[in-house]
Amino acid sequence: MTDWIDIAPLDDVPRRGARMVRTALGCVAVFRTAEDEVFALDNACPHKAGPLAEGIVHGKSVTCPLHNWVISLETGRAQGVDEGQVNTYPARIEGGRILLDRTFLYARAVA
Amino acid sequence: MTQKLIVVGAGMATGRMLEALFDARACYNVTLFNAEPRGNYNRIMLSPVLSGEKTYDEIVTHDADWYDANGVTCRFGESIISIDRDAKTVTAENGDVIAYDKLVFGTGSNPFMIPLPGHELEGVIAYRDLEDTQRMMDLGPDNKCVVIGGGLLGLEAAAGMAARGVDVTVVHIMGHLMERQLDEAAGYLLRKALVEKGITVKCSANSKEILGENGRVRALLLVDGTELACDLLVMAVGIRPNVKLAQECGLAVGKGIHVDDHMLTSDASVLAVGECVEHDGAIFGLVAPLYEQAKVAAQTLLGADARFVQKELSTKLKVTGCDLFSAGDFADAEGREDIVFRDPARGVYRRLVIEGNVIKGAVMYGDTADSNWFFGLIRDKTDISDMRDTLIFGPAYQGGTPLDPLAAVAALPRDAEICGCNGICKGQIEDAIAAGATDLGAVRATTKASGSCGTCTGLVEQVLAISLGDKFVMPAAQSVCGCTDMTHEDVRRIIKGQKLTSMPAVWQECGWKTSCGCHICRPALNFYLLADWPMEYQDDPQSRFINERKHANIQKDGTFSVVPRMWGGITTPDELRAIADAADRYMVPTVKVTGGQRIDLLGVKSEDLPGIWADLNAAGMVSGHAYSKGLRTVKTCVGTDHCRFGTQDSTGLGIKLEKELWGSWTPHKLKLAVSGCPRNCAEATCKDIGVVCVDSGYQVSIGGAAGMDVKETELLVQVPTEEDAIDVIKAVTQLYRENARYLDRIYKWMGKVGLDWIRERIVDDLQSRTELVARFELSQTIYRKDPWAEHARTKADRYQPLASLSLEAAE
Repeated sequence: MTDWIDIAPLDDVPRRGARMVRTALGCVAVFRTAEDEVFALDNACPHKAGPLAEGIVHGKSVTCPLHNWVISLETGRAQGVDEGQVNTYPARIEGGRILLDRTFLYARAVA
Repeated sequence: MTQKLIVVGAGMATGRMLEALFDARACYNVTLFNAEPRGNYNRIMLSPVLSGEKTYDEIVTHDADWYDANGVTCRFGESIISIDRDAKTVTAENGDVIAYDKLVFGTGSNPFMIPLPGHELEGVIAYRDLEDTQRMMDLGPDNKCVVIGGGLLGLEAAAGMAARGVDVTVVHIMGHLMERQLDEAAGYLLRKALVEKGITVKCSANSKEILGENGRVRALLLVDGTELACDLLVMAVGIRPNVKLAQECGLAVGKGIHVDDHMLTSDASVLAVGECVEHDGAIFGLVAPLYEQAKVAAQTLLGADARFVQKELSTKLKVTGCDLFSAGDFADAEGREDIVFRDPARGVYRRLVIEGNVIKGAVMYGDTADSNWFFGLIRDKTDISDMRDTLIFGPAYQGGTPLDPLAAVAALPRDAEICGCNGICKGQIEDAIAAGATDLGAVRATTKASGSCGTCTGLVEQVLAISLGDKFVMPAAQSVCGCTDMTHEDVRRIIKGQKLTSMPAVWQECGWKTSCGCHICRPALNFYLLADWPMEYQDDPQSRFINERKHANIQKDGTFSVVPRMWGGITTPDELRAIADAADRYMVPTVKVTGGQRIDLLGVKSEDLPGIWADLNAAGMVSGHAYSKGLRTVKTCVGTDHCRFGTQDSTGLGIKLEKELWGSWTPHKLKLAVSGCPRNCAEATCKDIGVVCVDSGYQVSIGGAAGMDVKETELLVQVPTEEDAIDVIKAVTQLYRENARYLDRIYKWMGKVGLDWIRERIVDDLQSRTELVARFELSQTIYRKDPWAEHARTKADRYQPLASLSLEAAE
């Protein structure tokens, strides 16, 4: 079961950019690509917990600002020779607004 | 049976025709008339004679011995006054009547004299023959000469006389020089080069009257009232085929003497070649078709069937050391597109006119090395769609026909120095390779070659390639990143050349393989675009590293550091109190003094940034740009204000420099220092740009480093005043911005282009310095502002979380 919650207008996140969403259980980075897709990932790089929301977004990837690990927005997996993965969460756009799934966000606590 | 051939005119075309005829051992008894009192010479070489590079004897193509050996009866200095085609005879000036079986016209052309009032004055000449050339050569240095006509001939005349010290002014009626061969941009570069040689150039200038005194030319009066004094006036405005004699004897004549494909006139016994002919509506002035006509005429005289076909023409010209090339048709027209490449620093301009994937025309200025290749593409109507992206760079950049880059290195002797830094010769590298060093790293490790500045890396690789043959794999030129195969240099050239002013345009035109670049190329492109097109390009925060996007330095825990600007390292008690208050209010865990004489507040949370900035702004402080690939700090010592050794106001200059340069973006960070005396307490000689004050002025040196590499700066120039020092530094900063690869500090860039290259543009060429300063200032009208104030005012919400779900979590 999904429980979509309205987070913010899409335009609050710049194209090829990201913003951070604070939750009781840690921060989630919400990304918007050039093609207006949205993705939600843990805001902590698997390498040294760098804030992914501050990275450069390109294609469907983000580059961590601390040590340039490239993370796939679709899978959360580190690209290239680096190994590691961050959690991803369902995200979508409806009526120009970004929605996240509360069930999944809180499922992290269980995991 | 030997036939009688009379040739009228000993020009380049008839000379070539006679050669062909004699080579074929034709049975002709030749009589050669020439109105000029001499035989065949290479008329296009008159310019080197004028400029003094050659003598007349050197440009003679056929001498008395040659005529003698081939049985030519020479009647030089004699004109023919009439021709009787029915009787097949000509009548010479002295009344001789001579019979012919075949007659060849090579009467050439006459210079066109504009019938201005006064054009018959003594001292008004054309530029056509050796007599004219001699008149110009006889005009001593410091005399004045006006040349009417900014075409090839006029400019050759002007340049030749200028080389002899004559004060020359060129008057041209059109808007730019050589408008038939060059477009406006190339005409502009040519004009600039001529002006640099001391020639005055007046375009769009209409002549009204030639003024005289006692029957001699005194000045040229222009329509706008300008009077140009002169001792000699040369008209070089064009030529007209010389058809007088042909017309008088009843041959068919239009603009020139009509000829068919065999070079036969309307009379089957009479041929014509050269500048006097009209073939299929066209007349000819360039050498190549004249020689072709000469060959055809010789074949016709031999009874063979040869035909003259007009070909696509190209002009490769050298006017006073300026290389020019033009070919085909380069007028603007519907359906035509341009590919343009400009390198203002080198004075290089290339333009290709494309229509339907075929090059229709080309104009090149400054670097014409690839002109033959382009001309071939025009002539053969080659489909260029596959190489369109890199076409403008010439054959070396195409897949198909690479030049052999190894030839030059292969030809070097063993004692030729390859690595100047370490004094390593080709032989030492070859020995190292023979001893088992089979790649660049190994050669570097065993010989040090290319291990210092690295500029000879390519040469070392070529020595490897020659020594190892197929066993050596040449590393491909390093591309910007995985998104493209192009190098930084390629991309910069294309951004400038094609005037690309947006990132999507670069991706498109440079064939980016990814949809929107990556974290490596986007910051580089963002910099190149804003540096090259400050007015057109809109800075893209999403293509900047977080530090430049948020105007603070990210730390390992995701917090930021904040460094307010302290101009020249000078602060006040009030500023210090404000910094202390801000540190308290935002619970800054660490306060540190930096190496650049600033105070660093470390550990500020992202969402607190706009607040702390607003507080610092309120106390009069702005961003210190401690996070930017741009101007960081100007470190100073106290100078004459306090120091007993100080020679100049180093602190004052440092503050001025910082106020001029702050906010500017550069390829990498830019750190300056100003020391008040050679004791150098501000450590200016390990900065990107350093100033050391001395009694007599300011020593500006560049290319220092004190990081991974440690380097001492090298002296660029010493200047007498603060204003000069500031201008030099702005100019060097702009030159660096316009030319360096992204993430190269000045010392790395200098290692590639050389200090001399930089000095030429900033020290030797004051106009270039002024232009660089002007472009820097233009860019600073956009970027010399405080980003903190702007972000605190308009973007503060972007620093906060998009949403906070803490409350919902509690539900």
